[in-house]
Amino acid sequence: MSKGQSLGHVPCPLPMPELSYREAVRDALARAMREDEDVFIMGEDIAEMGGSMGVTQGMVDEFGPERVRNTPISEMALAGAAIGAAMQGMRPVAEIMYEDFLTLATEQIVNQAAKHRYMSGGQLTVPVTFRTQGGAGWSPGAQHAQQLESWFVHIPGLKVVFASTPTDVRGLLWSAIYDDNPVVFFEHRTLYGIKENVPDELEPIPLGQARVHREGEDVTVIATGRLVHESLAAAQEAEQEGISVEVVDPRTLQPLDEDALISSVKKTNRCVVAHEAVTRGGFSAEVASVIQYSAFDWLDAPIERVGAKFAPLPFAPVMEEFVVPHSADVLAAVRRTVGRRTNGD
Amino acid sequence: MADRLRAVAKVEQKGTLSKSDLREFFREMLLIRRFEEKVEERFRAGDLPGFLHVGIGQEAVAVGVCRALEEGDIIASTHRAHGHTLAKGTTPNELMAELYGKLEGCSHGYGGSMHLYDIERGNMGANAVVGGGLPAITGAALAFKLRGEPRVAVAFFGDGATNIGTFHESLNLAQLWEVPAVFVCENNHWAESTPARQHMPIEDVSQRAVAFGMKAVKVDGQDVEAVHKATRRALEHARGGKGPVFLAVDTYRLVGHYIGDPQVYRSKEEIAEVRETQDPIEHLRAKLQLADDEVEEIDREVQEIVEAAVEFAKNGTDPKPEDALKNIYA
Repeated sequence: MSKGQSLGHVPCPLPMPELSYREAVRDALARAMREDEDVFIMGEDIAEMGGSMGVTQGMVDEFGPERVRNTPISEMALAGAAIGAAMQGMRPVAEIMYEDFLTLATEQIVNQAAKHRYMSGGQLTVPVTFRTQGGAGWSPGAQHAQQLESWFVHIPGLKVVFASTPTDVRGLLWSAIYDDNPVVFFEHRTLYGIKENVPDELEPIPLGQARVHREGEDVTVIATGRLVHESLAAAQEAEQEGISVEVVDPRTLQPLDEDALISSVKKTNRCVVAHEAVTRGGFSAEVASVIQYSAFDWLDAPIERVGAKFAPLPFAPVMEEFVVPHSADVLAAVRRTVGRRTNGD
Repeated sequence: MADRLRAVAKVEQKGTLSKSDLREFFREMLLIRRFEEKVEERFRAGDLPGFLHVGIGQEAVAVGVCRALEEGDIIASTHRAHGHTLAKGTTPNELMAELYGKLEGCSHGYGGSMHLYDIERGNMGANAVVGGGLPAITGAALAFKLRGEPRVAVAFFGDGATNIGTFHESLNLAQLWEVPAVFVCENNHWAESTPARQHMPIEDVSQRAVAFGMKAVKVDGQDVEAVHKATRRALEHARGGKGPVFLAVDTYRLVGHYIGDPQVYRSKEEIAEVRETQDPIEHLRAKLQLADDEVEEIDREVQEIVEAAVEFAKNGTDPKPEDALKNIYA
């Protein structure tokens, strides 16, 4: 494999502690803070409570309340204060408790963080990271689980990361903290508990580098976040049917590793793009456009897109399950690309 | 340097202002006035792209505040930024070149009138989103505090900005964390065309800061000496670790919101009256009892500086179209 390796299978002789995705995020934050006084974290309920997802649990004991800074419920000011500290050369990591609340901080992220460097003609950098999380699967309703990553990909000046595994989230977060640009860093709510053996040494993962999770010959599935795991499950099922599926996670949505995606599709000649976000206007549209433009002559089937139905997230579990995509939806799309039908197609 | 606004460095650091210090303030305020008038002239002549907001009438706030700052202190400004920018030390040449969209401009042609930056001189940028710069000033002040640096971050904003969320969230955070920041509210009584009585249910804007437990001070913004003194005290308070200060500076915009604004929202009599009674430059001239020939000499000097700035800007380098794709990422 050219980049990365399969989940749970790491051919490396070094000590390999098992970390959950949650612990991996914490590990990246803590290591950066141990090495560098300029790194600090702030957000709502992140100190004693350890954040709404428990990511920063215990960190206030090690680093104190100045560097693990509880903020009021005040997204504009906490995002903007992180920007201001970054403009003075610090490397703050601001936690936006739920992606849905990014809407409150969006003016600061979009008009300020993304543009200060540009509007000043390159006089300054804004090395700030906005960590946030979202994702369905636990019936929080319409205001606590949206997937809004595509909005931020639309903004020149921002980098956008969406990590799907413990190893990735750790290595990518480190790189985000040490990137001199503002990074919007997406984590997925339902992945915090997944575990993986990770190297003792933290290996930074460059932003803009995709990961091939599984090699295949017939169809490329390009997936992000939770859908990476749904796609890997779908790929296993497809294999039973004799369809060989390659699963690629871009990991960084901006900058996008276009070469990795295009070369995979040129090999398999078919492409499915999958994410949990609403399909309409979703990131998969951008990926599909890149693929069709650069690999048009290689495509043997229309590019399939898998995403949520065009609805706010409903509360009742049966409705929520209906709205967001699962491995069966990826599998159905894979089948369509090779001319096979699933019931209901 | 003849083209430098800051011809006399740190006159104000002695504690009290001498007559020569105030004479220097007069010169700087007049330079800002002549600069703004020239900007109006060149805009109407079609030389300048975009749209422009001049600060005629508010010069004493810019000079009074910025002259009180010390090395390392920073500001964030508003859409009405020319005065703040000049007073913080950007040269008229660099500012005018920016308004002409030239590479020699203080934002190298990427910003324009509403996005003036001069990081080296502590200007963290003018902001075209009302209230947009307040959170970053709070964060910059937090960085100073965390690093133990004796610096103060200063935000300029208008009375209109005190209605927006960033204002309230920033003041709350700044006071909560007791960061070294000074919030300078340039209350010119108009939010664009909307008078204060239509956008604020209270008359005294400083009550908004008091609500956060913040030290608030009211200042006559047409009296540069008063602005300067109040700012010095505010800076001392903030720098001394006692937390932020809110300066409610009462001032007047003697012109429209933007160049070409027909000002249908206020009467000609009102405009004439404020021009007659609220000109900070005339106030200072009377206070200093400057002789006509002395004023003429200063005026000639600053007008030469402004003319030279126009020449400098016109002869500046146009960016290449494809330069638009630079400076997006570090």
